[in-house]
Amino acid sequence: MAKQKTARKRRFSDHLLTLVFSVISAVYLFPLFVMVMNSFKRKAFISRAPFMLPRDSQMFAGLSNYRQGIERTDFLSSFGWSLVITLLSVGLILLCTSMCAWYISRVSNPATRLIYLAFIFSMVVPFQMVMFTLSKVANLLSLNTPWTIPIVYLGFGAGLAVFLFTGSMRSVPLAVEEAAMIDGCAPPSIFFHVVLPILQPVYVSTGILQAMWIWNDYLLPYLVLDMKRFKTIPIAVQYLKGGYGSVDMGAMMAILTLAILPIVLMYLFCQRYIVSGVMAGAVKG
Amino acid sequence: MEHAIKRYWPLFVLPTVLAFIVGFLLPFGMGLYLSFCRFTTVSDATFTGFENYIRAFSDPGSNFLHSMGYTALFALVSTVIINLVGLTLAVCLVRGIRGSNLFRTVFFMPNLIGGIVLGWLWQVILNGALMRYGKTLVTNEWYGFAGLLILMLWQQAGYMMIIYISGLNAIPEELTEAASIDGASGWQTFLRVKLPMLMPSITICTFLTLTGGFKLFDQNLALTNGAPSSRSELLALNIFNTFYGRSGWEGAGQAKAVVFALIVTGIALLQLRLTRTKEVQQ
Amino acid sequence: MKKILAVAAALALILGVIAIFAAREEKAPTPPATTNENSTPGSKPQGAGTVYYLNFKPEQARQWEELARIYTAETGVPVTVRTAASGTYEDTLRSEIEKPDAPTLFQVNGPVGLKTWKGFCLDLTDTAIYANLKSDDFALKEDGQVLAVAYVIETYGLIYNKELLHKAGYTAADITDFDSLKRIAEDIQARREELGVLGAFTSAGMDSSSDWRFKTHLANLPVYYEYKQDGIGMTEAIKGTYLDRYKAIWDLYINNATCPPSLIGAKTGDDASSEFILGEAVFYQNGTWAYDELISGGMRDEQLGMLPIYIGAEGEENQGLCTGSENYWCINKRASAENIEATKAFLEWVITSDTGRDMLANQMGFVTPFKTFDAGYTASNALLDDAARYIAEGKESVSWNFPTMPSDTWKDGVGAALLEYAQGTGSWENVRTVFVDGWAREYGAANP
Repeated sequence: MAKQKTARKRRFSDHLLTLVFSVISAVYLFPLFVMVMNSFKRKAFISRAPFMLPRDSQMFAGLSNYRQGIERTDFLSSFGWSLVITLLSVGLILLCTSMCAWYISRVSNPATRLIYLAFIFSMVVPFQMVMFTLSKVANLLSLNTPWTIPIVYLGFGAGLAVFLFTGSMRSVPLAVEEAAMIDGCAPPSIFFHVVLPILQPVYVSTGILQAMWIWNDYLLPYLVLDMKRFKTIPIAVQYLKGGYGSVDMGAMMAILTLAILPIVLMYLFCQRYIVSGVMAGAVKG
Repeated sequence: MEHAIKRYWPLFVLPTVLAFIVGFLLPFGMGLYLSFCRFTTVSDATFTGFENYIRAFSDPGSNFLHSMGYTALFALVSTVIINLVGLTLAVCLVRGIRGSNLFRTVFFMPNLIGGIVLGWLWQVILNGALMRYGKTLVTNEWYGFAGLLILMLWQQAGYMMIIYISGLNAIPEELTEAASIDGASGWQTFLRVKLPMLMPSITICTFLTLTGGFKLFDQNLALTNGAPSSRSELLALNIFNTFYGRSGWEGAGQAKAVVFALIVTGIALLQLRLTRTKEVQQ
Repeated sequence: MKKILAVAAALALILGVIAIFAAREEKAPTPPATTNENSTPGSKPQGAGTVYYLNFKPEQARQWEELARIYTAETGVPVTVRTAASGTYEDTLRSEIEKPDAPTLFQVNGPVGLKTWKGFCLDLTDTAIYANLKSDDFALKEDGQVLAVAYVIETYGLIYNKELLHKAGYTAADITDFDSLKRIAEDIQARREELGVLGAFTSAGMDSSSDWRFKTHLANLPVYYEYKQDGIGMTEAIKGTYLDRYKAIWDLYINNATCPPSLIGAKTGDDASSEFILGEAVFYQNGTWAYDELISGGMRDEQLGMLPIYIGAEGEENQGLCTGSENYWCINKRASAENIEATKAFLEWVITSDTGRDMLANQMGFVTPFKTFDAGYTASNALLDDAARYIAEGKESVSWNFPTMPSDTWKDGVGAALLEYAQGTGSWENVRTVFVDGWAREYGAANP
């Protein structure tokens, strides 16, 4: 009897929680709603009445904000460059750092320990410490194009990736690798045929973390990239603050919507991977 | 085995280490050196000792100390609030109420959006809300502070929630059951049993939010850009502005960056040590 | 054996990666529609240089890119035009000038900017742009060398909506000094509902993207009058003689606007122009460069006029509009000889060819200081005509003295102090301190 009562009570409080969380979720989504709504409003009304629906023809701007924004920022090419940089960098980082991490975790000597420590240290150091010199070095070595900037990302992002990979490699049983070794496999083929498949989930989570960082990164590409030819999305957004000293808020809202839309779509499709990837990455950290 | 692998270092280690030298070690070393120099470009540096450090701290226009205090306060407050909210969300959602998955999806989503985009988005919303009260985000630095806090909460609470959920799920059920058989109330179970078991998650989350708060740049740039009078400038932005906003101040900017790096590294070490000692030995 | 193999494999990997990057780099990493670089390698003549113009004026960015495209099509010389986002020109130039393919053509804003960049400025004495200059006043010289040449003369003042002013029962002729401006503005403000406007002035947007209208352009007036009184053209320490007039005009702006002064921190220049276009305000402080935006927003020539900004200084009955330049061309002398020649040739073409002159005068609406812009190539519109009329009437133009302001940091300080004063979080004393003491400090920092 008593048990039944608590169960009922429990169910009631759960319903209440569902209700409360529905409200919170709505509040959570509200900013995105405001953004999309304002992207269809004439710019004069955005700062004046941001929460008002575009109810008459004077306020409703149709797609003109989108046209303006895309034209001013050359959004489509920024999108392309962001994609190129992110994909190349993540690919390069996953390949190189996982190999490096395997070596570090399998060969233990002062050199590898030192390298590992240096990687860990680089994770904590803020970007401002190296921003000026890094941009100079990158210029000198022509690492200032979307095709070469992945090397910079590999260098600056190596810390976290190596850390995540070594963390999980230490827990992989050596027996399998040793068996392969006895069968006469050379280390490269052990790595690619034995280690890599086992660590697939780690690749996914590391890749997602790095992709989130690189896709959204502003300052590094801003300082390093040859900006007269290449802009990434965050640079394009910030560039809208140009126009002889002003911000076209209409175009801004349209570009923000366009910048967020693909992320949200991708998130909805690959949610499971992203959430579990982030979870795994963080737990290892 | 180790011996066999050892010879393959040019294949396995060299590419990453080369990139690491180019992308981190070399710039880091140069930056350290340049902080003791007067320079406008790398090639025209002349050694001046600690002059840059003195300038960084003493010039009233450079706003360094205020920015340091403001940043520390922000990092602290945001760490506490984000983690409290994240943990609360996790505890509620882990009970498996109806719609949990949907809520989790919603709360985590903002985390994927970049700082610049977030900054502009919230600028419109917060200014719109404050307008009713005749205020703006730049009325004084505390509106910017609160705005940044709301923004970061929105962005990061879901992320922390995910980590806490996985931490809570990892707690063996026998433990909580044993506690309730012993007559512990829900609240006691949480405080005495679950929380200690959660220490690893708490370590990670506080580490991420604390260092993240200190290093915050994009959101600050897009939301208030330091207005009014650079008073809502966090350290990262302060350094950037010193560096690129005033010619002749590159050295002071680099010196500030070194101090900044020291602070962040120190805090990270200290924080890891403090929370690690509280973790349950497993 | 295996060791050698491993090393070879590693080298192959590295080289392969480099080769891929290098090959891609050569294979024009710039898809056609994505950038404004207009190089067409196929038609590039042997040994010819290239031009890279780092442009300061975003309003005309598109026209410059168009002009570059036409020039490249005609001559095969690649011309890249890049425009720095507002407020970032100095940053951008600083980082670009270090790069291997640095700008060959860049801009300085006047004497103060020249001081930073003169190490990069080629002597322009034997160039077409200097030879065709109407007056030496438009060139910046040092030690007998011509280091920079102005290419556009601009004018700013109080743009007003003629129709609304008439509706309120006034004409421009009624506004002859600060007192009449104040009286009329306050009258309009009081009758704003009857007149169907939100305020006399547009919102004085002080968002950091937009505060230049007040921290720079409006601040020019007290500086101008002080220089005039003291008979100087530059100073290391401003006295602030006319700061109370600065306060008077600022008070007038913020208290008779479309929004309360506490909100201007969130308002932008775009908000102000939108308000003006929508007929919600009668006065809008801006310059000839705003014309395009007002017209494309739906206004007509006959609605537009420009008045002097009266601040209540003695002798202002004879004051005209604020006319000057903060756009000077400099050629980067550290560029290669071919690139310097290519840049000179490009500039000559810009100011002498029909296409170039048409683009500058008629498309960009520039009033230029060059002799080559004769009949058919004089820009004309409602705002420019007003500017010309004041000069024809013998009014004394207010010169642009903000290029002599000691630094951007000083301007930012004044902007922030103005904002805080308007919001009620700071005092006018603070504006005065920043203006006067800040000037001396920044001047000292820039001239050790």
